Amino acid sequence: MENQKIISPNMLKSFFFENKVALMFLIISGVAFWASGMTTVMFFNELSVRIGRDTFLVLSLLIPVVAGLGLNFGIVIGAMSAQIALFFVVLFGGSGASGLFTVALVATPIAILLGYLVGRLFNSMKGSEMIGGMIVALFAAGFYQFFFLFFLGGIVPIESRMMTSSGIGVLNVIDIGASPSYMRQALDNVTMLHILTVAFWAMLVFVAIMLIVRLVKKQAITMKGPLSIRRPIFALIVLAIVYIASGFGGMAFVNGFTLWLYQDRLNALYALWWGGLLAALLMGYAIIKAKVVEKSPGVPIKPIAYLVIVIIAFLLSLWTPVYTGLENVGLPVLTYLIIIGLCVAIKWFLNTRLGQNMRSVGQSRPVATAAGINVDRTRIIAMIMSTVLAAYGQIIMLQNFGVMNTYSAHENVGLFAIAAFLVGGASVAKASIKNAILGVILFHSLFILAPFAGANLMDSTLIGEYFREFVAYAVIALALVMHAWQRKKKRKAKENE
Amino acid sequence: MQDKYVLEMDNIRKAYGDNVVVDGVSLKIKPGEIHALLGENGAGKSTLMNILFGMTMIRDTGGFEGSVKISGEEVKFHSPNDALTAGIGMVHQEFMLIPAFSVSENIKLGREDTVPTVLSRVFGKNMDRLNHEKMEKDARKSLDAIGMNIDEHVRVAGLPVGYMQFVEIAREIDKLNIKLLVFDEPTAVLTEDEATQLLGVMRSISEKGIAIIFITHRLSEVMDVATDMTILRDGQLVATKSVRDTNMVDIAQLMVGREVENMRATGGQFALQDAETAVKITDLHVDMPGENVNGVSFEVKKGEIFGIGGMAGQGKVGIPNGINGLFPAEGSVEMFGKPLDLSRLGEALDKGFAFVSEDRRGVGLLLDESIGYNIMFRQMAIKNGFLRGGLFDGRRTQQHAKDMIKLLDIRCRGWQQKAGTLSGGNQQKVCLASALTLNPKVLVVSEPTRGIDIGAKELILNYLTKLREEDGVTVIMVSSELGELRSICDRIAIVSDGKIVDILAPDAPDADFGLAMSGVSKSEINEKGAE
Repeated sequence: MENQKIISPNMLKSFFFENKVALMFLIISGVAFWASGMTTVMFFNELSVRIGRDTFLVLSLLIPVVAGLGLNFGIVIGAMSAQIALFFVVLFGGSGASGLFTVALVATPIAILLGYLVGRLFNSMKGSEMIGGMIVALFAAGFYQFFFLFFLGGIVPIESRMMTSSGIGVLNVIDIGASPSYMRQALDNVTMLHILTVAFWAMLVFVAIMLIVRLVKKQAITMKGPLSIRRPIFALIVLAIVYIASGFGGMAFVNGFTLWLYQDRLNALYALWWGGLLAALLMGYAIIKAKVVEKSPGVPIKPIAYLVIVIIAFLLSLWTPVYTGLENVGLPVLTYLIIIGLCVAIKWFLNTRLGQNMRSVGQSRPVATAAGINVDRTRIIAMIMSTVLAAYGQIIMLQNFGVMNTYSAHENVGLFAIAAFLVGGASVAKASIKNAILGVILFHSLFILAPFAGANLMDSTLIGEYFREFVAYAVIALALVMHAWQRKKKRKAKENE
Repeated sequence: MQDKYVLEMDNIRKAYGDNVVVDGVSLKIKPGEIHALLGENGAGKSTLMNILFGMTMIRDTGGFEGSVKISGEEVKFHSPNDALTAGIGMVHQEFMLIPAFSVSENIKLGREDTVPTVLSRVFGKNMDRLNHEKMEKDARKSLDAIGMNIDEHVRVAGLPVGYMQFVEIAREIDKLNIKLLVFDEPTAVLTEDEATQLLGVMRSISEKGIAIIFITHRLSEVMDVATDMTILRDGQLVATKSVRDTNMVDIAQLMVGREVENMRATGGQFALQDAETAVKITDLHVDMPGENVNGVSFEVKKGEIFGIGGMAGQGKVGIPNGINGLFPAEGSVEMFGKPLDLSRLGEALDKGFAFVSEDRRGVGLLLDESIGYNIMFRQMAIKNGFLRGGLFDGRRTQQHAKDMIKLLDIRCRGWQQKAGTLSGGNQQKVCLASALTLNPKVLVVSEPTRGIDIGAKELILNYLTKLREEDGVTVIMVSSELGELRSICDRIAIVSDGKIVDILAPDAPDADFGLAMSGVSKSEINEKGAE
């Protein structure tokens, strides 16, 4: 059915209508860019940093939306768990990237516990999770403040550079970049060579364990069927080839390649080109598969649309301002890989039994109950997953900043994530990975540009700063209004049928 | 023969407190039988099915007496899931489908086919990946089995309403151990063609040896497809019959057949022809969820008591709500020759209608306000009554409230008592008082006796008659209780499927009412007989 659609003016119209929130922000961003007088180099640099910083957090909101908990402020709780964990890891001398992984390990049980409690709470207030989460976040902030302001130092004596001079309460700002923590951008700065080495050994261990388990359990080791080991083996071989080419992680026998791998940033221009090439190849494969192998009727709209987008993006990158802008931007490799990995994991997860149950629960609780799905349990699991992911997201954010504002780092997390989602075209009831990524890009574009545009237009830097706040709240209000309009229009269309 | 019956429900009795809703009902169903379960609203059909499915509300209210046997074995279900495992399925009246999912996903909802993954070895079956290929293949098989050629990949949201019913049936068929299927009013939302198709599907399912309980009020469908039937009335078993041995008129008689308590002294002598037309309704459509009205026309004469009856969900309640503008309505309503603008809320009240809603706690009353305020606030809002120089006139309100309390015998501690603390019957009287305060030319009452005690019921019905006789007020009364309609109305319109099937005199035979409520008008039967 879907393949038989033919592009018509009506379809274009409905495309514009469906994506009007995103389109409007694109237009506003364009105007703001023109008004700000920023160079593309500055803009792209700032944007790439912010995408790396925020996307993970925004994605942590996706699962609760799918499970019908709406765009809620529960992720603030996850951010708090990360901050608590970070404080203690720094206190006990954790440092660098390994320190950050320890933070993630410590934050996980805290986030699971808190996520469970929030999930229980949300189950008793179904339908008003958005406002409920907001109040819970404020309530939790009270506990959090008590803990950091008084409990630490006041009741448990702690001696650390992070404490106030009186010894009671934690400092307002903790510098996690300074000696001996060295956590500032510790994830962003991991070199490709490191990543490759770890990935290769991890894969090797994984495949080995898998084979041993199968041998012990006397299960068949096959290259076919649902339990095939084709994919892990294939991945291991690819990793092994690259690993060997890198000179076993350092010995420079393919000199240029190894030197290149010593970098921790990827040039955005090349990243775009290679990504585009890869996407084009995949889409080409999809088209050929559909037309030649499966011989399905009609035009395969979806791959062709993506192909067109790739080509447009490529042509756009040849335009001088964009070209120079991208050429001077380095993407932090590990952070971006983690984000891509999360996208793949979410996509995979939504295709499992639990994922399908969450989608069912999100669509209709009575129907899910009638089908024998434990609605409350499913919702709690969704909330736990979201809280844990939010904790990880907050770690990524804080390491990028290099400092932790002990009492306010979590404050805007929920607000900005929700705003980004709404700008990306998600609604309270429906969201996808596409919405999250598009939303982060558009929201942060405007967020970067607004103060400059404001300062330029009003001739005052101070007013520029106010513009930023204004933008964040206006975005949410406007997006909600536009969604309401869309719903109204849809209902009308339904009535006319 | 141990396995003679798939289902035996023996001597079932269920009471909510003192209120016995099912008393000594037995139901026996053989494999491959289509068994119609008939009865008016409140006859006990739903309670019986709730007991069969082990719904928690039955247990929470003290359980039931009697025994349920499946294939000869006594069972005790603790939740609908237990019933599903035992092989009993239900095709719901309101669709239990997820619009955003594909047909195959809906058919397999909660029972998805999966393949294990690396993660599911650690975290259990929940992390299994869905096997879309197998799900689609199975779905196709079930759809083919009931002769549906819809694509299993399409989303349910895009399907015509009627097809959703078939998707539900396919889902039940897809369950391997299914023995007994309950169809709850399955044809209510279908077009005629779809209904015919559905009946065909039911027949082919029963041929596979699956028993069917068919709950419906459409007698023609029962005659068409069912082999046996059980008729309930007021929670009692009236008859269990084979369809071959009976006919529609008999069934209708059995369903309704209660004595009419005639409370009226002067029976139906109202001279309809002479009076002028008070209300003229032409082609009224009302979009009230669950009570849609699809084109109703009738005239009510001045001073008449006009009754509107019919089964729940057929649209009778939609008529007064549409006239009063509480739900979107189209069509023309004229009052003494002057048309009403249905899109404007309050228009009906302005033009001299007064409405006593069936939802007295939601629409009728301000529960946290005093009786006095409840009686006068409509008058104040619409006609600026009870005001003196733009300010609230407390003394007059008090006097009027006291008068009304006396007139309608509202049992209360005083005019200042909060309406929410009154009993149902007294709340209803306050609603009526509030409507009367508007000095209406036409009084519309919807379910005036629902959930109130006999004494209050009698008083309200008597007062409605008195109102007509002494003040010449025209009354339109909507009620589910046929008995009370027949006791005070001059004419009774029976609504089915959002349309008026017949307008009957109160002393028309029981069978006529029964037939009309199942959507068959008497004239139709006569035509058929003539053929």
